[in-house]
Amino acid sequence: MATWRPDPSFYPSPRMAAKAPKETLAYVAAFDPERKRPDAIAVVDVDPASSTYSQIVGQVDMPNVGDELHHFGWNACSSCLCPNAPHPHVERRYLVVPGLRSSRLHIIDTKPDPRNPQIIRVIEPSEIAEKANYSRLHTTHCGPEGIYVNALADRDGKAPGGIFLLDHQSFDVLGQWEMDRGPQKLAYDFWWHLGHDTMITSEWGTPDTFENGLVPEVLLGSKYGRRLHFWDLHKRKHLQEIDFGEEHQLVFELRPAHDPTKAYGFVGCVISLKDLSASIWTWYRDGNQWAVKKVIEIPAEPADPELLPPVLKGFSAVAPLVTDIDLSMDDRFLYVSCWGTGDMIQYDVSDPFAPKETGRVRIGGIVSRATHPKAKNGALSGGPQMVEISRDGKRVYFTNSLYGAIDPQFYPEGIDGWMVKLDVADGGGIAFDENFFVDWPKGHRPHQVRLEGGDCSSDSYCYP
Amino acid sequence: MTTFWPWLSLAGLGAFHGLNPAMGWLFAVALGLHSQSGRVVWLSLAPIAIGHAISVATVLAVVVAFGSTLDPNTFRMAAAALILGAAGYSAVYGHRHRVRIGMRTDMAGLALWSFLMATSHGAGLMLVPAVLSLCLAGHASELAMASSLPISLAAVAVHSGAMLIVTAVLSLAVFAWFDLAVLRSAWINFDRLWTLALGATGIVLLVQ
Repeated sequence: MATWRPDPSFYPSPRMAAKAPKETLAYVAAFDPERKRPDAIAVVDVDPASSTYSQIVGQVDMPNVGDELHHFGWNACSSCLCPNAPHPHVERRYLVVPGLRSSRLHIIDTKPDPRNPQIIRVIEPSEIAEKANYSRLHTTHCGPEGIYVNALADRDGKAPGGIFLLDHQSFDVLGQWEMDRGPQKLAYDFWWHLGHDTMITSEWGTPDTFENGLVPEVLLGSKYGRRLHFWDLHKRKHLQEIDFGEEHQLVFELRPAHDPTKAYGFVGCVISLKDLSASIWTWYRDGNQWAVKKVIEIPAEPADPELLPPVLKGFSAVAPLVTDIDLSMDDRFLYVSCWGTGDMIQYDVSDPFAPKETGRVRIGGIVSRATHPKAKNGALSGGPQMVEISRDGKRVYFTNSLYGAIDPQFYPEGIDGWMVKLDVADGGGIAFDENFFVDWPKGHRPHQVRLEGGDCSSDSYCYP
Repeated sequence: MTTFWPWLSLAGLGAFHGLNPAMGWLFAVALGLHSQSGRVVWLSLAPIAIGHAISVATVLAVVVAFGSTLDPNTFRMAAAALILGAAGYSAVYGHRHRVRIGMRTDMAGLALWSFLMATSHGAGLMLVPAVLSLCLAGHASELAMASSLPISLAAVAVHSGAMLIVTAVLSLAVFAWFDLAVLRSAWINFDRLWTLALGATGIVLLVQ
């Protein structure tokens, strides 16, 4: 239903959004790697004043098993205030929750009781295949033309993957987004610069190269994704491709500057075939073209092969495996998850070409197995993965699972799920909130975190 | 005095469009903010007004051209049906349509955007009752093409002029003095008001 006034969680600019009230709830995707019981969206109490702080206070189970919930998003967000395509009276109310493996899409209502969300609609894979020709649904963003959902494969599980549109009120599948996809074949993440009418997409691989785990031959042959694609957001036309080169594999999470007047952003590259390092690249406007520059390189750490999983034994080193990054609302701090070594690193990226490390914590990690003050049994498995920042930039939440089939390749003893929170000092510096540790219930592993009212990777803005 | 009210309603509808953030002033402010230039806000006003004027003029021209071939009663019914159709479209689809123009638009793109916004809102149709009453004022029973044309042109000028004035005042004032945070509470649902107004106008025209 349309409202009389804009949703109170919509902000014209990131500057205003940074003054939003503190979140009290987090929604977290949780999946069963065994695919025996339904996946769920869990509701975590993140209000320090609450008696159930740091506990799961609600949960909605999916109607099927084996969806592999992964990323998800809101039906509407601050981009609804954009002047060229306004939708100011749509509510931010529904979570759009895709199954990465099942290609099923769930619409979940958080309104009547935010702690007890309800599924109101399930869009079956056959409908998406028929109307948009896609499968393996990955990431969602609310934007100018409704809800954008990307998919890693076509309906037959092959390339190309791409994006399709959903109506943000009826949730009807509107069809494929691309009108001219140029050379783009692989898909992973997507986001945009609303102020520059530009869509950016990144690359992973086709389902046959990840649904049973990463394939070493594909990786060593540099056949996984290594490119960025730049598109005209409104003509829906491919404009430019940038190849990171044979050395770089798995170009994943895209974090454009929130300030719509700025034309730069950050993308993480999981691994270098040369030395197992991970890297962060800045894309930027260079004349009439887009360009990229490597701005951070995180080296692999030498390690005793005895402590390493088979896939890393031969290298005698732990790869940092940067699998997620997130940018604070003021575009000042970039958080980098090193799922392999167990580090969460904070960089000051005020100068996007010269990041400075301002904080680092370690938890879990393939070799380090670092613990948390509130963890009961010492050594922790998994490492920092999906990371989310509060709108005011003062709190950072993250979980520890990457993907069902890949988790055991790097953590062969299994991953016990957890979710933690960092407090951010003014001017930089991060530390664990010693009172926040969610020891995830066995049988599920947590993945993406979304914060009540929006967070730093949910909303885009049209005004500086 | 009988011909005063139609002119006032034409101007009032223009002012309403000018007031609606979705019809132009907010876009002008945003373009100004992106280029950090008050001059861009000024420059944006012309394409917004021109796009709007072309939309309402086209609709009026088509309606009057057809209308002059019909007897006034049939014409009134046809206009009512069109307006109710626009109200129905607006209620069902409203703001949800293909986005063609982005934040890097040039002035021609801005005029096209304004044209599309006005057309999809049914802005021109809403002027039909006022123009109809003006055209019929002098000729008790039939629409004459010769006199309708200047009246319609004047109607477009009054309507678009009122819209331009309100758009200009709002965009320049907001750009210069206000923080856009006001949008969070002040942006009321103009779409719903507009749909109700279209529906009411259609019904009044029908039962008149």
